[in-house]
Amino acid sequence: MAKQNKVHEPPFHIVKRPAIARWKALLIRAVAILAALAVSSLVLFVLTKKSPLEAMKLVYEASFGAYNKSSELGFFAQILTGRKFWAMLQELSMLLVIGLAVTPAFKMKYWNLGAQGQVLFGGLCSVAVMFYLNKGYWETHKWLVVVLMLAAAMVGGVVWAVIPAIFKARWNTNESLFTLMMNYIAIQLVSCMINVWVPTGSSVMGVVNQTTQIGWMPTMVFPESWGMSPSAKNYFFNIIIVVLLTVVMYVYLRYSKHGYELSVVGESVNTANYIGINVKKVIIRTLVFSGLLCGVSGFLLVSGTDHSITTGLDRGYGFTAIIVAWLAKFNPLMMVLTSFLIVFLDKGASDIAMNMGFNESVGEIISGIIILFIIGCEFFINYRIVKTHREG
Amino acid sequence: MPAIVTKIIAFLAAAVVQGIPLIYGSTGEIITEKSGHLNLGIPGIMYMGGISGIIGGYLYEHFSPAPIGIVAVLISLVSSLLGSALLALIYSFLTVTLRANQNVTGLSLTIFGVGVGNFFGGSLLKFFGESGSIYLATTSAAYRTTIPFLSKIPVVGTLFFSYGFLAYLAVVIALLASRFLNKTRAGLSLRAVGESPATADAAGVNVTAYKYLATLIGGMIAGLGGLYFVMDATGGGWTNGGFGDKGWLAIAIVIFALWKPKNSIFCSFIFGGLYILCVYIPGLSAPMKEVIKMMPYVVTVAVLIFISIRNKRENLPPASLGVSYFREER
Amino acid sequence: MSTPAIALKNITKTFGQIVANKNINLSVDAGEIVALLGENGSGKTTLMNMISGIYFPDEGQIFINGEEVVIKSPKDAFKHGIGMIHQHFKLVELFSAAENVALGLQEKGKYDIRQVSAKVREITERYGFDIDPEKKIYEMSVSEKQTVEIIKVLYRGANILILDEPTAVLTPQETQKLFAVLRKMKQDGKSIIIITHKLHEVLAISDNVAVLRKGQYIGTVKTSDTNESQLTEMMVGKKIDLNIERSEPELSTDRLIVRGVDITNHDGVKVLDDVSFTAKSGEILGIAGIAGSGQKELLEAIAGLQKLDGGEIGYVNPATGVEEDLRNKTPMQIRELGVRLSFVPEDRLGMGLVGNMDIIDNMMLRSYKKGKSVFVERKGPRELADKVISDLEVVTPGPTTPVRRLSGGNVQKVLVGREIASAPTVLMAAYPVRGLDINSSYAIYNLLNDQKKNGVAVIFVGEDLDVLIELCDRILVLCAGRVTGILDGRTADKSEIGMLMTKQTGGKNDGKTE
Repeated sequence: MAKQNKVHEPPFHIVKRPAIARWKALLIRAVAILAALAVSSLVLFVLTKKSPLEAMKLVYEASFGAYNKSSELGFFAQILTGRKFWAMLQELSMLLVIGLAVTPAFKMKYWNLGAQGQVLFGGLCSVAVMFYLNKGYWETHKWLVVVLMLAAAMVGGVVWAVIPAIFKARWNTNESLFTLMMNYIAIQLVSCMINVWVPTGSSVMGVVNQTTQIGWMPTMVFPESWGMSPSAKNYFFNIIIVVLLTVVMYVYLRYSKHGYELSVVGESVNTANYIGINVKKVIIRTLVFSGLLCGVSGFLLVSGTDHSITTGLDRGYGFTAIIVAWLAKFNPLMMVLTSFLIVFLDKGASDIAMNMGFNESVGEIISGIIILFIIGCEFFINYRIVKTHREG
Repeated sequence: MPAIVTKIIAFLAAAVVQGIPLIYGSTGEIITEKSGHLNLGIPGIMYMGGISGIIGGYLYEHFSPAPIGIVAVLISLVSSLLGSALLALIYSFLTVTLRANQNVTGLSLTIFGVGVGNFFGGSLLKFFGESGSIYLATTSAAYRTTIPFLSKIPVVGTLFFSYGFLAYLAVVIALLASRFLNKTRAGLSLRAVGESPATADAAGVNVTAYKYLATLIGGMIAGLGGLYFVMDATGGGWTNGGFGDKGWLAIAIVIFALWKPKNSIFCSFIFGGLYILCVYIPGLSAPMKEVIKMMPYVVTVAVLIFISIRNKRENLPPASLGVSYFREER
Repeated sequence: MSTPAIALKNITKTFGQIVANKNINLSVDAGEIVALLGENGSGKTTLMNMISGIYFPDEGQIFINGEEVVIKSPKDAFKHGIGMIHQHFKLVELFSAAENVALGLQEKGKYDIRQVSAKVREITERYGFDIDPEKKIYEMSVSEKQTVEIIKVLYRGANILILDEPTAVLTPQETQKLFAVLRKMKQDGKSIIIITHKLHEVLAISDNVAVLRKGQYIGTVKTSDTNESQLTEMMVGKKIDLNIERSEPELSTDRLIVRGVDITNHDGVKVLDDVSFTAKSGEILGIAGIAGSGQKELLEAIAGLQKLDGGEIGYVNPATGVEEDLRNKTPMQIRELGVRLSFVPEDRLGMGLVGNMDIIDNMMLRSYKKGKSVFVERKGPRELADKVISDLEVVTPGPTTPVRRLSGGNVQKVLVGREIASAPTVLMAAYPVRGLDINSSYAIYNLLNDQKKNGVAVIFVGEDLDVLIELCDRILVLCAGRVTGILDGRTADKSEIGMLMTKQTGGKNDGKTE
């Protein structure tokens, strides 16, 4: 049988791994992140001539603030009262909340690329309430305006999310392309409404209700002696709401019947049918929930952050959030980490670039590098490369 | 000539200019999708194609004492192609070899590509101690060279001969792509790879090679759209985010054109027209302008719904779009 | 003696520890049709895949026209003029017939689909096919698709054709057409190997019959010298004693009544045709049949996963004695009627279980909806998981291990354990011991027997006739979607079942049946 060994084949081939130890998977990811950081610091060095150590210090300071030795405050107190830290938390929360919103759908393997549109339309509904209900009765019932804004945002988010879902459930219309288009329809709607509301033609909405602050999320009152930065006061409730939503989403996915059903649908439609789950109903219900949260995100961005609307309300997080959710394997608690990683690097890189008079887009470059590395490393978790050998 | 006619002709010519990048983008995306890969990185790749061309052209103009137009074109063309090929290569390596999720990979690439574009577009001059914004006089002039005499013919000249060579190249590439897909053996194999990689594999088609080549060539074609935009349409400069969402519009056209490059030419001009129509309609209120800009997307959604309800096999996306291929071994 | 067109000498192939083919010898002359006969899992397809270059033999030699060849890929097989028509068609649905033929061709010269079409027409005329080269595959019937596969092979100049169960998907009329084509090819000097279980077809078409049983080569006989009973005996072999326990059914009453059920699948093929039977409490009803005879559809119809085109399915509630109509109800509606129906499907990880979920979460699949709470309750399922693990001796690191990580036998135990945990009144199990080792198989038999003693109506779809005969009280035999017999398990004879399994009731197409 000597002849049979003369088979020409590549020296190795790829097989699916049946399972991988958790520490191994973590190790692979850690190696990928380290490799990505190495490449990123190289890029930063080439672009800005900052040594990696110096760059690292600046990146750290972009999120946690520079340590002031002469201050009487301790190290942690400086961080906790500082502006940078709270600004970072705020960005993290906004990225995270949109990430939470897209998660249930993705877990069901429904590719909702329309978070941007859902957030924008939710935000638009929210801002409309704020814009129209700002006189008379409403001046004395500010809290009611905020509640109505939240409700409007939720309805908006749901509408925008559920339209493609219905077509998906009924006619299996490609949801990723549909939701993608819905983003741009929402963007144009926002531009359109801004022009309706701002007749000067400047196409910039500007802060709504600047003096009355009707429809603004309340600020947190800290004891004066704590010396908290204004960012802490302004963003405190946003952050708390997102923390709560994170827990809610974790519980929903892990412990609720709905969460269980959507994971079964995501894993196998056949199994779902076998045990009698109504797949169409689950798709639509999940997207209602997903849209609801996108609406909340839009509300937080309008009422709790910008007090206005632009077509960039979602800060591009609509797409980044998809990546955040995916990197965290749709685990809401892990998503805190992944969104931190992205915000941390993005802010750091932008800060360095801005300080040097460069353009802030370097943050996107660095995020892109990190994400691509992590995406690539998943391969080594799911597959194994084995040397080819033939028996016989 | 009555003013209205002049205006209509100006509009049509502008629609063509807007449509050209879309032809490149959608043709590139169609070729990519025919291999079963939904490349959402195309918008990023188009940015990359644009900025790489700018960098190439800038370096040449900066270091050459007397830049020559044709050399500038060659250098920027090659650097543009290399830039978009690099991103497309990352995409194909991740999605074909490493079987990463196509949507996530594509979106990340778009983030990356737009970042690279805006970063260098805003900061390139700083590296060389200059200030102000980029303007490539020689390069863009060369790109914008029109056919002598013909372009001077009234009406016909404006409509058909007033564009740089990249505009005509776009149409040629789309027609060639159409021919390639339908009239060649390799085109047949490529379509089979996108429809059913296992069948293609069994028939002896090298699935991996086809996927790589399709995503790579598709990406490079799309990148030319970015190049045309910066060099010809906007005259050799860069405004941050100036290219806007044309990349996504190109992906929408793929649907609208029912995955046929030939259709994409016409669709691109229509979309290009709708994109700027609001500027040419007199007496339009500002909100209405935005509503008109919404049209391409609304129409695309309608088409998407229509084809899914009608469920005619020829009009649906390639059957294995978005699915990684893994030849199972027993 | 002339040199055979293709000859196999002592071919052996193993997958892991399973010997799929052992020392197989086979030869086919030019202008000859050889039928390869054997039960499911007897190694026919593996053998043919080695000739067509999909697998590579561990041992043995292949000769083409007397010369030894090495076939390591489908391309090599083409080169030697070997073409295989697989059971599952490898066609691009969106392409026309001609485009499918052209795909992957390495012809010289310009590609011109019209030339391919013309050549396809030539082939169709020569062999009497009835096909339009421009027609798209998705618009074609199963038999047309098969024709395209055959044309693909002929177009590439194949002299040796292998057809893997070509008639399984065809109507008797279409089968007749196919046979006519095969005879023409035979006259043309082609060598044909046809895999089939249907004895009357074997007798009608072949010159010689080679029989495989459990991976072993049993022998080759001349078709004109043999008959159905000899072939059946060669195919199924002598009865082997397995010593599976079987108790007498007690207090048996009608539980599930199936009357005249018809089902037509997507391709328009009638997969169940006027099926009627009654499953009784406290007994095991076996269902025998060649794979794809309608077993899957029958069980799925009862479970509420298939729409009926005709007939009815009734369930006699043991508490009230009232007959409930299960026809065209969803699984949820069936459960809401108070019918405790358990179903162990053939595709364990694709349907019965969720591979990426752990054992506890898989235990919940049936019961998670219970109660008014919006949250799932995992305490009960956890206890159940522990119980199933200890009672059925599931080998697993723990109840939180994803089931896809378990071995086949343990996956099956988890599935069966869950299905019997809900105290069913009807338990359906499709091939529950497929791929399991001896010990696990007996564990499953014991579980089914326990259910039977508890008064459950058990329906057992099996492929091993020895098991069916020893385990079941009654055996229903399906052939091409029709019930060809219901036998008493205690008196049934293996070759009798074998005959019923291969009996084409609708076929009046050849004189040789019976």
